[in-house]
Amino acid sequence: MNIVVVKTLIHSVCLAWLGIEYYQAITDSGIADPVEQVIHFTGKGALNLVIFTLMLTPLARFFKTNKPILVRRLMGLYAFFYAALHLLSFFAFELAFNFNLLMQELVERPYIWVGAGAFIILFALAVTSFHKAKKLLKKRWQSVHNLIYLGVLLAWLHFFWSRKADLLEPGMYLAVILLLLALRWKKIARIFTLKNTK
Amino acid sequence: MKIRHSNRSQFKDSQITDESVYHNRRSFIKQLAVAGGVTLASQPAQASFLDWFTDGKNETSNNTKSRQLAELNYQKDSSELKRTPYDKVTQFNNFYEFGTSKTEPAEHASALQVNPWDLKISGLVDKPYQLGYEDLFSQFDLYERVYRLRCVEAWSMVVPWIGIPLAKVLERAQVQNRAKYVSFKTLYRPSEMRGQSSRFIGGNIDYPYREGLTIAEAMHPLTILAVGLYGKELPNQNGAPVRLIVPWKYGFKSIKSIVSIELTNHQPITTWNQLAPDEYGFYANVNPNVDHPRWSQASERVITTGGLFEQTRVPTQMFNGYGEQVANLYKNINLKTNY
Repeated sequence: MNIVVVKTLIHSVCLAWLGIEYYQAITDSGIADPVEQVIHFTGKGALNLVIFTLMLTPLARFFKTNKPILVRRLMGLYAFFYAALHLLSFFAFELAFNFNLLMQELVERPYIWVGAGAFIILFALAVTSFHKAKKLLKKRWQSVHNLIYLGVLLAWLHFFWSRKADLLEPGMYLAVILLLLALRWKKIARIFTLKNTK
Repeated sequence: MKIRHSNRSQFKDSQITDESVYHNRRSFIKQLAVAGGVTLASQPAQASFLDWFTDGKNETSNNTKSRQLAELNYQKDSSELKRTPYDKVTQFNNFYEFGTSKTEPAEHASALQVNPWDLKISGLVDKPYQLGYEDLFSQFDLYERVYRLRCVEAWSMVVPWIGIPLAKVLERAQVQNRAKYVSFKTLYRPSEMRGQSSRFIGGNIDYPYREGLTIAEAMHPLTILAVGLYGKELPNQNGAPVRLIVPWKYGFKSIKSIVSIELTNHQPITTWNQLAPDEYGFYANVNPNVDHPRWSQASERVITTGGLFEQTRVPTQMFNGYGEQVANLYKNINLKTNY
């Protein structure tokens, strides 16, 4: 399939879905609580997109093609975009733009620290995702982008923690994430040994 | 006096329309829909395309999922609190017996058979007795109570419940002096409550759901056993056919679909307290000064009509605004440690 077609498809799905959810929430049509709806949708969407992004490299290896790698940055950037909307929606609609309350929540809630940690990583990866940054950072670029393995675990922990008691969904997510990390066990082991020898 | 021809700029239809009209409008729109799509597109500004879209969707779910809810006879409450619309009250529920998301109860609660029902009042009483399904609506006078409902998750609603003061139900059993607490249990029927048959669906809770009150809280005139809302029987997802309402406590205390009320002399085990004692206490009084470990309880988001940009967040009141009536129950209790 043509890469342009695939990219157009990714853009369309990511944006249209977002559009529908926000449209329904803004017009209060068909969902009980529009605020919970958009916060859950963007949060879970960001986690899903990070996981999809992490699937691309193993897929490329397995099928011995570079095609999946060509959309990796795009998917990663959409993960960041969803995460940014998640944060913004929490501040705007859940906290009603109450800045003091936001600061207080940021300081006091460990489960928000974890989410914020994941977001900072996604942010760092997004701003260094361009070719110029790649050239500028040289070898360090890869180490920066290895942070995604920590990021996905933090995002999952934030998701799990936000539930009152649910097990099934976070459990399934964790299984998939651990599988994706296991597929990279050599690389991850290398990261740790490098750190230890330094 | 200034007469306004229209206040449409200030309010949405659903904010100023009472429920019966609101529902009639639906059948009106439904008739139009039968007449054909062209008519719909050309109907006056009374109902926008979007309203039609929403209502149509809700109506489908009502027709296919819910049983017929009987109208009740009751004494009205004259409260002027602005009520949360019926659709929100009945489609945004925490009832883990049917799934942990807010929408699952409305989707899956129709599996529950509420008639026949058997509510036992037992324990430290002289005359234990039982109430069947019909008894719930006929043995006691029914009163409407328009109460604020504050969820521990920091959102709130205003619901016109219809129910019986719990004290009346307890008095009939002749409570013994030794009784210090009241223990409540929800129905345990995994065949009809999908969350009870799978710990994954039901949020890993040790069912049946249990709650408890001190005898003074249970006898308080604000405490009711609700059998209806908005003039009709309770929909299943709201805890049919009979549930507790304790308006000054977080919503999880107001246990649904009750089959057992037992008077005891020791503090009963309660479900959420057992599951996460650092987050959910036995008392669970609404208290803006004691935060949940994961979020602030100082303010709450009001669930009402309106989309993303019409949200309101209001300060949470001590005892959910019922302090004048109930504060004296807790004179000698440290509410910070007994949360």
